Amino acid sequence: MSIWNYAEYAAWALSAAFAAYMVIDWLKTDSTYSEEVLTSSREGELEAMTEAKGGHHG
Amino acid sequence: MAEFDITSKERDGMGPHGTNVGLLRVLGPAHVWALGVGIVLVGEYMGWNFAVGKGGAYAALVACWFAGILYTCVAMIDSEVTSTVAAAGGQYTQAKHIVGPLMAFNVGLYLVFAYTMLEAANAITAGYLISQVAALSGFTGTLDQRPFIILSIMFLAWLNYRGVLATLTFNLVITAIAFTAIIILFLSTSGIIAPSMMHHAELFAGNAALPYGWIGVLAAMHFGLWFYLGIEGTTQAAEEVRSPARALPFGTLAGIMTLLIAATLTWYVCTGLIPWEFLGDGLNGSVAPLFTAALLTKSQPLVWLLGVGTLFATLASANGCINDASRAWFSLGRDKYLPGWFGAVHPKFRTPYRSILFLVPIALAFALKAPLDQVVTFSILSGLLTYTFMPLNMILFRKKWPMGSITRGYEHPFHPLPSVVLLALCAITFFAVFLGYGTQLVAMIAFYIVASLWFHFWRYRFVSRAAQFTMPWPRPKGY
Repeated sequence: MSIWNYAEYAAWALSAAFAAYMVIDWLKTDSTYSEEVLTSSREGELEAMTEAKGGHHG
Repeated sequence: MAEFDITSKERDGMGPHGTNVGLLRVLGPAHVWALGVGIVLVGEYMGWNFAVGKGGAYAALVACWFAGILYTCVAMIDSEVTSTVAAAGGQYTQAKHIVGPLMAFNVGLYLVFAYTMLEAANAITAGYLISQVAALSGFTGTLDQRPFIILSIMFLAWLNYRGVLATLTFNLVITAIAFTAIIILFLSTSGIIAPSMMHHAELFAGNAALPYGWIGVLAAMHFGLWFYLGIEGTTQAAEEVRSPARALPFGTLAGIMTLLIAATLTWYVCTGLIPWEFLGDGLNGSVAPLFTAALLTKSQPLVWLLGVGTLFATLASANGCINDASRAWFSLGRDKYLPGWFGAVHPKFRTPYRSILFLVPIALAFALKAPLDQVVTFSILSGLLTYTFMPLNMILFRKKWPMGSITRGYEHPFHPLPSVVLLALCAITFFAVFLGYGTQLVAMIAFYIVASLWFHFWRYRFVSRAAQFTMPWPRPKGY
């Protein structure tokens, strides 16, 4: 077998490893923290520069 | 990354109104530059040369500079608006604040599709490049490109999943190498540090430079976009830069200047070395023109440098696309324009991890199943719709928040001229696209109409109408 055939197998294996890492971490994270905490992010706050101008328009 | 108690009532102060876990503000102007230029630079390495096929070398140059004007307007407009919108989502968030929910939903979809399709196209290209390296190294069998396509997407998704600082630092390094490769190729071939290899006079003789006249220039416009497509992606970093008002305009404007230089040098070198018929055939002729130009110099170091540059530009683009598509999808989820489940942030890595993961199989499906030209066309058309929205957005922004009513990190000059120019250039480009890809254009607009109907009649009831506006913006004029 050529080195390129080994490279194909290595690419399959690495892809599986990266996918496994992300899926396992995702499941672990979702089971460790509450949904309320995980989705508590709000739209970014701006530096103080506009805060003196008044409230937002929502 | 330091550990912290994310349930603390005091921590972490990253966001307003009770945010416990927000995206991390760790990026600087160089990362913004790397995000914007990284997404785009692959267009210098391949794709733009179809413009030469459509209208010859001069048509490609006119398209390059017209598109350069279009994108300079995009960069200026984006820099002004986004220097006040320090939130992820980029143009989606701008549309939400300035126009309204239906426009915002559509713009969010344009962004996600443009970037995910571009990511898929880059992964296909990476697989192709690796197969070419195998062939050049003497491999005689047929290399299966699929594992390399999948690995490109998986590795970059993993990098994005683990944190934005490492992701965009990686992009900074590989983008800088890819840009430097173009500069070195120019210096080595143009007569500045070595004897000139340029043959412009011979290659442009007769009608070779403009074989189809001005209609060829119009046809070339579509591919002129390739030189700059994606620079607007810098705005997606707005919630993760340390100083949005400074870093976003600085990174974006430095990015468009870099691209104008890279595009012009690329055109000059490639048209001076490669006959236009071969250069303009991006499928059976010069697939990667800068690499072809390096091959013609017969210099091994240049061949290696431009080979590495091509691969790095491809990976940088895919990497930036994952970053941007996931931020746009995440923002849609956070505001409940899509299920709120997508609005989650990883408590340790501080990335929109569910959005990153969700888009991986979609990118894989397009990369493995769809033809490259269709994927690219869908990406370009979605991008073009975003650019059409921008001038309208800018005019409304100046009207609702006149100068002095909100502090801007950057104020673009000559308003409303850039908006009018951008709108006119978008109209010309739509016409050019319609000539070549009318069916896809109609199909895509039909898709967005159906999606809009779904949003209006069903999804809008779930949107967090007040909670989606938590930035401390002043009320618009007249409200």
